[in-house]
Amino acid sequence: MSSGKLGFLFPGIPALLCLWAGCGGSSSHNSSQGAASNNVQAIVVNGGPQNNHVNGVFTTVTICAPASSNCQNINAVLVDTGSFGLRVLASALGALNSSLPQQKDGNGNPTVECAQFVSSVVWGPVKSADVRLAGEKASSVPIQVIDPSVAPIPSACKAIGPAEEDSTSLGANGILGIGFFVSDCGPACATAGSGNPGFYYSCSGSSCQSAGQPTNQQVQNPVALFSQDNNGVIVQLPSASSSAPSLSGSLIFGIGTQGNNALGAAQTYRPDRNGNLKTNFKGTIYEGFLDSGSNAYFFLSSGAVGMPNCPNPESDFYCPPSPVNLSATNTSASPGATGTINFTIDNANTLFSSSTDAVFPTLGGSNPSTFDWGLPFFFGRNVFVAFEPPGGSGPYWAY
Amino acid sequence: MLKPFQLIGLRMKSCVVISVLFLYSPQSFAALGDDASSINADEAHLNASVRVTARAYYSIHEMQTAKGTVIRQYVSPAGRVFAITWKGFSPDLQLLLGDHFNEYLVAASQTAHHGRGVHVETNDLVFDSGGHMRYVVGRAFLRSQIPSGVSTDELR
Repeated sequence: MSSGKLGFLFPGIPALLCLWAGCGGSSSHNSSQGAASNNVQAIVVNGGPQNNHVNGVFTTVTICAPASSNCQNINAVLVDTGSFGLRVLASALGALNSSLPQQKDGNGNPTVECAQFVSSVVWGPVKSADVRLAGEKASSVPIQVIDPSVAPIPSACKAIGPAEEDSTSLGANGILGIGFFVSDCGPACATAGSGNPGFYYSCSGSSCQSAGQPTNQQVQNPVALFSQDNNGVIVQLPSASSSAPSLSGSLIFGIGTQGNNALGAAQTYRPDRNGNLKTNFKGTIYEGFLDSGSNAYFFLSSGAVGMPNCPNPESDFYCPPSPVNLSATNTSASPGATGTINFTIDNANTLFSSSTDAVFPTLGGSNPSTFDWGLPFFFGRNVFVAFEPPGGSGPYWAY
Repeated sequence: MLKPFQLIGLRMKSCVVISVLFLYSPQSFAALGDDASSINADEAHLNASVRVTARAYYSIHEMQTAKGTVIRQYVSPAGRVFAITWKGFSPDLQLLLGDHFNEYLVAASQTAHHGRGVHVETNDLVFDSGGHMRYVVGRAFLRSQIPSGVSTDELR
């Protein structure tokens, strides 16, 4: 991907922001040994590479063949606190793809991943790459290249849901998973057998078998592999009082490692072992989580909240006849903070009637029995995501 | 956090737990809309523990698969699985939805905009899913099969 799209990504306040943030990939090769790194990566909320996304927050990632200057800037990569690890479309990597070493198992067979998202999958090989963001670098990171051409998708992977395999279905050129876990699947995938969730496959030709994958060989959150500023991130987006075409902000690396990333007065919310805090809505406690990769407040069901779902094809979202003001209270899953969030849900069909807008602070949708604090929650907040040990003192969120 | 079985105990104080454990095999899985008689028919494979709870208008068959995903089948007095819910690592939706899996795929492909909250409705099928990597929550039910007196809010 060229960075030609960047001009479009930064209308409005861009010049100042770019100077400050380093404008993603283009100046990211500037690394000064010993000194504090530039730890500020520009991010932007817009319609994504196909202009078919809403409330998607994107950045430009520089991917290089290990220990080389053979690099490619990949723009429109979704910044996702709800997943772990970097995934990039083969089509976006272009010629660089063949220069990235394929990960192989003990028998020399390629490792291919069925990465599982919410009722959808992405399929493709695990490869090794250097990953550069702002002035930071992670070396020889296991990443996933989304590429269905390497082997047919196994039936057990297809049975999880539809495969997203191009920028139209993915709505992005890749996904930068910077949630608080370092490995994408974790210990459950480390051993083979019926308890393995089936993320990793060993492929001999076109025949792929589910395989155990040691956690440190799983696709890794690249920020956790930086040489510094590697214990967490801060997602910073300004507030949005109404719908807008785009919104620019910053992804800051490290927590308490530099002058610009102190925890300060932010309150700490720790998750349970499933990665959820507690959200109290109208007296009932639900599992909740903060997810920049979710494009709305997704909570409960139409019946439980008293708002209708929109008609197809917008049925993922709520369509109340007029804006509805709501509040819910988040509580740390282990001793920690409690705080109330006020938010408003508007009619998605009405919001989408403007063809130029892609930033929607009042977008909501259903999500059975859980509370997904999606991207609108991040508007106007500094959201800290602290990684699990050993690199970080998390897992926790703070805001 | 409460374990799922504790949740059942807390939420259904007036209910009677009929049996604690029997055996479950994917081959005998009663998918959405299926006759429930096959749920406990096959004792060949111990892949999950199953607990059955009776409620006023239906029974819940809850199992935890080997990979830790909790699946509930809601069975009507007529013996049909009218709803299924899941929590944990992504389940085999093809197994859970049975004949309705392709219907779900087609409908899901027709929704606009990308999101983590998936809500799909066809004439009879309602499908909801959400969550994050390592933890997915979802439910599917058939409107025509819901016993009278049951609110869909109970299906969670």
